[in-house]
Amino acid sequence: MIDVQHVTKRYGQVTALDDISFSIPKGEIVAFLGPNGAGKTTTMRILTGFMPPTSGKVRIAGFDCLEEPWEVKKHIGYLPETPPLYLELTVREYLTFVGRIKRLEPEQLQERMRIIVKQTGLSDVQGRVIGHLSRGYRQRVGLAQALLHNPPVLILDEPTTGLDPNQIIEIRDLIKNLAGSHTIILSTHLLAEATAICQKVIIIHQGHIMAIDTPKQLGAKLRQSEILQLTVKQSDPDLLETLGKIPGVIHVSQGPSPNTYVLETHLGEDIREELTKLIVTRGAGLLELTSQSISLEDVFKVFTKTDKPAG
Amino acid sequence: MTPVHTIIAKELRSYFVSPVVYVIGAIFLAMVGLLSYQAVANASNQALRLMQLQNTYAQLNLNEMIFRPLFQSMNLILIIILPLLTMRLFAEERKLRTFELLLTSPIGVNEIVSGKFLSVAIVYGGLLSLTGLIPLTLSAYATFDWQPVFLGYLALLLQGMLMLSIGLFASALTENQIIAAFLSFGLILGLWLLGALSSAFGDSTLGQILSYLSFTEHYERLIRGLLNVKDLVYYISGMAFMWFAAHQAIDAYRWK
Repeated sequence: MIDVQHVTKRYGQVTALDDISFSIPKGEIVAFLGPNGAGKTTTMRILTGFMPPTSGKVRIAGFDCLEEPWEVKKHIGYLPETPPLYLELTVREYLTFVGRIKRLEPEQLQERMRIIVKQTGLSDVQGRVIGHLSRGYRQRVGLAQALLHNPPVLILDEPTTGLDPNQIIEIRDLIKNLAGSHTIILSTHLLAEATAICQKVIIIHQGHIMAIDTPKQLGAKLRQSEILQLTVKQSDPDLLETLGKIPGVIHVSQGPSPNTYVLETHLGEDIREELTKLIVTRGAGLLELTSQSISLEDVFKVFTKTDKPAG
Repeated sequence: MTPVHTIIAKELRSYFVSPVVYVIGAIFLAMVGLLSYQAVANASNQALRLMQLQNTYAQLNLNEMIFRPLFQSMNLILIIILPLLTMRLFAEERKLRTFELLLTSPIGVNEIVSGKFLSVAIVYGGLLSLTGLIPLTLSAYATFDWQPVFLGYLALLLQGMLMLSIGLFASALTENQIIAAFLSFGLILGLWLLGALSSAFGDSTLGQILSYLSFTEHYERLIRGLLNVKDLVYYISGMAFMWFAAHQAIDAYRWK
């Protein structure tokens, strides 16, 4: 559905995207993950035809972005980072305007508007001026704008930034419900978001693609050790050394407080049983023992910390 | 509804829900009202003086006494007022990021530029037509030749639209409305000063080119009641050029 080949984008001397290639099959939700300035927004702007790439080819729904921009634009719904809202219009006026510039027929527009207003939960505010709406509602109007002409491809630039936790969940559910019938690309730097709703993650850093994989496999690739965190009631000076002598432990270090220890063990070796026995026999008082799995956050750090951050 | 209609409808809606148009319109109409009062008062004073001198009923040419000075000063008001009408056209879209919506929709840049230009021209045309009350009122009390008045209005319309097209271009260059307004002030004043500069070069080729480029000569001829194809060509080609420049500015913004 989306096919990007060797795309490079330069702003004067600065190379924002350097030879990026990826493709996304129909019906998938994919997250662009990367720090600010990584090139996420630039990639999205090129996909939507807002700006042309310096070199490379982009095809969306079978249409080339440069040769048939009109067809591409008809097949894309785009929610920029800042929702593109005319604050002086009411929600209904705004959506009518959007429907017209998306070339919907009047009857079609009425029909789609009815569906979208319901789907995005805007029924109660459709007569209100957008400038008077809260941030959460504005974001929904932005999303309604992207969905109005029922495009097969949706491009959402940080769709949940600035929303409160309840609103984030609502928007995520809405996006999840669109999967299957729509191909969706969303950008985020919230890592939980990518795992929660996306089937695939593309990690971008300084204009390069660092990895393309499912959230699970990315984690597995990086997981070379298990990490345990131990908290005891009374620590004694020898404990650190003793813990290091348990077979399977690679490294022990002092945790964030004096009574906690972080143990790194070989992958697949479970030393929890021995560990608890040891603590109990020493009478140190076991308070907490947790196993830390590698989160996408760690993946992210590993992939992006190699260079200094851009911008 | 074609895309151009859609843009016009949206722009007009945005103009009339914001207080800007009402404030600008009120100031424009008040100034024109004051100026026309002053012009009429002047004319009647002169008529009285002539009557005392000649002891007869004086025949004054009202077109020369009232309308020409009025149209001349209205030109100055336009220079101040119109950049304030055009400054928001593209600058606001860029600032609010709604430009991304327009440029990622199946609608051409030429349609966007035309729609924006026509919408502000309609607003200006509306304001201008309200000043039509002045000749209408005057015609109830005095007799004058309507033809130069019509030509004067044509001059005002063309002159205003040329300024609007300059403002449209200026607005496409920046996302700051204040800068857009000052830029169009600068461009319009520059164009005006070319006329003054041309007299320094007299009848040389350079002088003639400068005086053709400035609107002064063309405007003066029209408000004197002279209809010349050359002047119409000047205004229409000027607007077309600024339309094209605005289009280019938007393309450059996307390609940069």
